[in-house]
Amino acid sequence: MKKFTTLKSIPAYLPIVNVDTDMIIPKQFLKTIKRTGLGKNLFFEMRYDENGKKIGDFILNKEPFDKSNILITGKNFGCGSSREHAPWALLDFGITCVISQSYADIFYNNCFKNGILPITISEEEIKELSEYSTRKEEISIILEDQKILFGNKEIKFEIDQFKKKCLTEGLDDIALSLEQKNKIETFEINLKSNKPWIFNDQS
Amino acid sequence: MPQTIYDKIWNEHLVHQQSDGTSLLFVDRHLIHEVTSPQAFEGLRNSNRKVRQPKLTLAVADHNVPTTDRSKGISDKESKLQVDTLEKNCKEFGVQLFGMNDKRQGIVHIIGPEQGFTQPGTIIVCGDSHTATHGAFGSLAFGIGTSEVEHVLATQTLVQKKSKNFRINVKGKLAVGVTSKDVILQIIGKIGTAGGTGYVIEYAGNVISSLSVEQRMTICNMTIEGGARAGLIQPDEKIFKYLKDKPMSPKKDNWDKAMDYWSSLKSDNDAIFDKEITLDGKDILPMVTWGTSPQDVVSIDGKVPNPKDETNEDKKNSIERSLKYMGLKPDTAIKEIKIDKVFIGSCTNGRIEDLRDAAKILKNRKVANHVYAMVVPGSGLVKEQAEQEGLDKIFKDSGFDWREPGCSMCLAMNADKLKPEERCASTSNRNFEGRQGRGGRTHLVSPGMAAAAAISGTLDDVRKYRN
Ligand code: SF4
Repeated sequence: MKKFTTLKSIPAYLPIVNVDTDMIIPKQFLKTIKRTGLGKNLFFEMRYDENGKKIGDFILNKEPFDKSNILITGKNFGCGSSREHAPWALLDFGITCVISQSYADIFYNNCFKNGILPITISEEEIKELSEYSTRKEEISIILEDQKILFGNKEIKFEIDQFKKKCLTEGLDDIALSLEQKNKIETFEINLKSNKPWIFNDQS
Repeated sequence: MPQTIYDKIWNEHLVHQQSDGTSLLFVDRHLIHEVTSPQAFEGLRNSNRKVRQPKLTLAVADHNVPTTDRSKGISDKESKLQVDTLEKNCKEFGVQLFGMNDKRQGIVHIIGPEQGFTQPGTIIVCGDSHTATHGAFGSLAFGIGTSEVEHVLATQTLVQKKSKNFRINVKGKLAVGVTSKDVILQIIGKIGTAGGTGYVIEYAGNVISSLSVEQRMTICNMTIEGGARAGLIQPDEKIFKYLKDKPMSPKKDNWDKAMDYWSSLKSDNDAIFDKEITLDGKDILPMVTWGTSPQDVVSIDGKVPNPKDETNEDKKNSIERSLKYMGLKPDTAIKEIKIDKVFIGSCTNGRIEDLRDAAKILKNRKVANHVYAMVVPGSGLVKEQAEQEGLDKIFKDSGFDWREPGCSMCLAMNADKLKPEERCASTSNRNFEGRQGRGGRTHLVSPGMAAAAAISGTLDDVRKYRN
């Protein structure tokens, strides 16, 4: 996984609440067996018309936002289906940081597994930042300091310290968990004697 | 310290805990399907890892499979590749698979309980948000992403942070014609789609314990629509009876040992819930959704909301956006909304009792001329049972299409989908924009209400057709 430390980009603002993962990447694109290549279909139904032509006034079709690495959006972002194709599509498009007032649980977790930083800030802060985004100027994300810098202002954000560490060091989750291999083995041995039915299910 | 069921299951599965509370939990049951697993197996292969406990893993193809004649295989190339990839992966990694032509094939959340793979007190995960369904058995069941699927395959554990406890009590009794689907729609309408975020919900109260096992699954299934990590119900005699002698249920000595443990799964009397609400069964009516979020609910006697009545700007905009998408005018009576299609099925309402409920309404009646209606049983076994009871005949006689099992028009990944602007009464769980096909308009209802809508040709009150 790619490390996330700092990011500088012009942010794009998508003023919609409850954006679900179907909207981020519709199901017809889930028939892939790969993680990559989904970026061109990100927000497909909002981005293209019925004939497959780009809809000019959709934010991510407009310059310079078509190259944004930061997406500011309405609350409860990423609700609905658990598909990890949603963060894969964002990442493939180039978005490595999402800023919202709140997220759906599974989507939020999925971001971290893919090196995307989901930042949570308050409604007023979203408002301030989204207004700033109309200037088409770069803002900076400094993960170490948990800060968003824009103009001569800054917004602090909170983040789980373990998740932060995984992002900044680009740690592989599985390898980390396998460091507890002995504990997993002991757990399994105990389970076999305490709850034998768990393993005896498929005779 | 007094504990909730969730606390108890959590503690029982703790393998390791970091100082900040991040925990490694053991996973007892892992369900996989073709859409969210290929990249996970690919990841295992790339890093030379194996499936740690293939016997605790069960696979099925459901999202993409055709619901018409399957003898010729899948014609859609990409769908076929996904289903074939699942088969290949299961073979290579030693995981049991119910293939497309297996009688036991069906929607992943229907086959788990059906096989007795789903059991009380277990942690069950699946790369699918509706995994919450299994919570009906008093298990901790939740959806995960593909990276986590890979993590579970490789380690049989999952990294988690503990959620808070939320209890929803539904007391009293339900009125005639009101089902568990109406209960959960009402709950989501009340708490909102993010109302459960950060929580695990325990459903309790007289109404909940009076529900059958299958009806409980409908409630837990839609927990995720309220944003919660998982939803569960204290297991009781009905659950134990349901599980007895299922193919993968504990046998002999193990059954007795399991029963001892299962019977102990209760929230302590003085357990503390971080949040608690209570609804009264008598206030719940047959419900429908009018908009593009499961929280957009109204009773069948109600009207489409008017954005003018909303003072909050955000909410006003979101109502306007929904109404535009749904092609509805403010203040229209719900019963005047004309429909084009009816879909009965999905992991929410594709079980035998759901089909019985709908068939009861449809018996000796006909689907309205302008309506196309279909039933997609949740699994091969549900289909078989329904055919034994002659339900297929009732459906077909009334004008319904009788299909092969799968997810079908719940998410329209196979050929079953709405055309733009087509309006559907659906027993599924999501009415998001485009969920049942680009531009398609979905109204979520119970199976009986779907049958009533099919007959009337408009959304309608199921109570009108109860004989
Ligand atoms: S029936 Fe619908 S909600 Fe259930 S698993 Fe299939 S696609 Fe998901």
